Amino acid sequence: MRTDLQFISQWIKPGERILDMGCGDGAMLAYLIKHKSVTGYGMEIDTQKIITCVERGVDVIHQNLNDGLRYLDDASFDTVIMTQSLQQTTNPDKIINEMLRIGQRAIVTFPNFGHWSARLYLGLRGMMPMSKTLPLRWYNTPNIHLCTFKDFEILCQEQNINILKRTVVDHDHVETWKIKLWPNMLGAIAIYHIEKQEV
Amino acid sequence: MSTPTYSPVKRCTMPSEIPADSVGYVEPQIAYFNEPLPLRSGRTLDSYQLVYETYGTLNAQRSNAILICHALSGHHHAAGYHQASDKKPGWWNECIGPGKAIDTNHYFVVSLNNLGGCHGSTGPISIDTSTGEPFGPEFPIMAVRDWVKSQARLADQLGIDCWQAVVGGSLGGMQAMRWSIDYPSRLKKCVIIAAAPKLTAQNIAFNEVARQAITSDPDFHAGYYFKHQTLPRKGLALARMLGHITYLSDDSMREKFGRDLATGKLNFNYEIEFEVESYLRYQGEQFSDTFDANTYLLMTKALDYYDPAADFDHDLSQCLSKSQCKFLVLSFSTDWRFAPVRSKEIVNALLRAQKPVSYLEIDAPQGHDAFLFPIPEYVSILQKFLAHPGEPDAH
Repeated sequence: MRTDLQFISQWIKPGERILDMGCGDGAMLAYLIKHKSVTGYGMEIDTQKIITCVERGVDVIHQNLNDGLRYLDDASFDTVIMTQSLQQTTNPDKIINEMLRIGQRAIVTFPNFGHWSARLYLGLRGMMPMSKTLPLRWYNTPNIHLCTFKDFEILCQEQNINILKRTVVDHDHVETWKIKLWPNMLGAIAIYHIEKQEV
Repeated sequence: MSTPTYSPVKRCTMPSEIPADSVGYVEPQIAYFNEPLPLRSGRTLDSYQLVYETYGTLNAQRSNAILICHALSGHHHAAGYHQASDKKPGWWNECIGPGKAIDTNHYFVVSLNNLGGCHGSTGPISIDTSTGEPFGPEFPIMAVRDWVKSQARLADQLGIDCWQAVVGGSLGGMQAMRWSIDYPSRLKKCVIIAAAPKLTAQNIAFNEVARQAITSDPDFHAGYYFKHQTLPRKGLALARMLGHITYLSDDSMREKFGRDLATGKLNFNYEIEFEVESYLRYQGEQFSDTFDANTYLLMTKALDYYDPAADFDHDLSQCLSKSQCKFLVLSFSTDWRFAPVRSKEIVNALLRAQKPVSYLEIDAPQGHDAFLFPIPEYVSILQKFLAHPGEPDAH
């Protein structure tokens, strides 16, 4: 099992209604259906991945996440998940708010652009950081809205979003004491559990 | 109009040997019904017959049957060949056969000609026993729900309580959707391809021009052309030409014909000049030789009337709320007759109703016609959706 699934899975209650935005080949939903008896859908843009979802029996909707979800009712899902896709969307702030409109809660994961290796890359080489997880050049990368954990948390504050839980891990999804000490410098990926503040 | 000279380059011919992935020779069968069928229009069909074909074998539990619903000009002959001299196989031969998306090694496939059709089921060209003459324009106008009701009776006669799947493209997709609304417990899966929850004003407008083309043909005689030993060929050909344009995409027409000239030069007259004209006239005249004008009128009306949500305060989610099957909705990127956005309306309604649904917009250049082509992603998702054994998830 993907290690990030373990973290996500423990924040999901049995029987929840789930929407997985950018669900890929449906592995996570298939896992959650099997182990947490959840129901729900994936959304994906890649045809081959959609076909794989259908092959697994995971319900999947062909959808560009940037096209909006206005057709979905408020609070129609318990949890809306988006793993490693937020930085690829045109308007991450709008997407986050949409996720928290159609879902009671959301789980978001994204790569940390404040990781020491990215800082070092930009600081020493003077070029946009590239790495194993961010292998493309600035002009052809799909990651158009990279941010640091600090950036994300500022956005949450501005948008009245509560951070229920946060787990920061390294590239292998391992949580170490060093990362706990200095997450925005040493953490590679963050998994956030968020909800909208009551107004 | 000069005589069309177009002959398609890739003319399908009956292969000298039946390919291994073909259902081979098939023989249409006829089911007779004497129980009156009450229709949406308020009229009743006292007795009728349905012509159908089957491919594959019904299993002992009678649980592996798939119903194929045909589109506007379709019929029961969906796969295989009737005889060695056939120029081409059934209309969905690409998807039905051993090892194909609708795998006849596993499924028992039923394909029928709808009531009002002109290929063997009771319709305008059938003899009305009360007058001894063809029904002609007096044949009742059918609604999609009437067809589905007649299909359910065919299922009863075949001993099929519950379809493994009901599958259809275009007007066929609308029938599949109607099945999920009217007989929710009688299908496990529903495949709705290149369809819409109802026609737009533009769709109805195209149908109206097609109807006007037919009814204004001097040979139409208010639908009683058989009494005058004539056929409204020109009108029906025009209707088909118009329809055909809407089934193709701008790109596919450009690709197929461009501005190629049939004789290589401009002639400054009104004979055929461009290849596309030749093609359309050929298609129109071929069609008018094999199809009945009253049937064409009736089929376009069934399309126009289709609007299942109308009975539910125009709330499509509410309309689909009783369905119990798993849905697969498919659309094609260049289809403008029933554009992807129309399929998305069905998908959104199913999402709001919390029904199990998967949706894919297939990138294909062929326009609305794409649903008849063996596009790899299309065939693959159809095959995998049908093959998945899972019971519908409780949504």
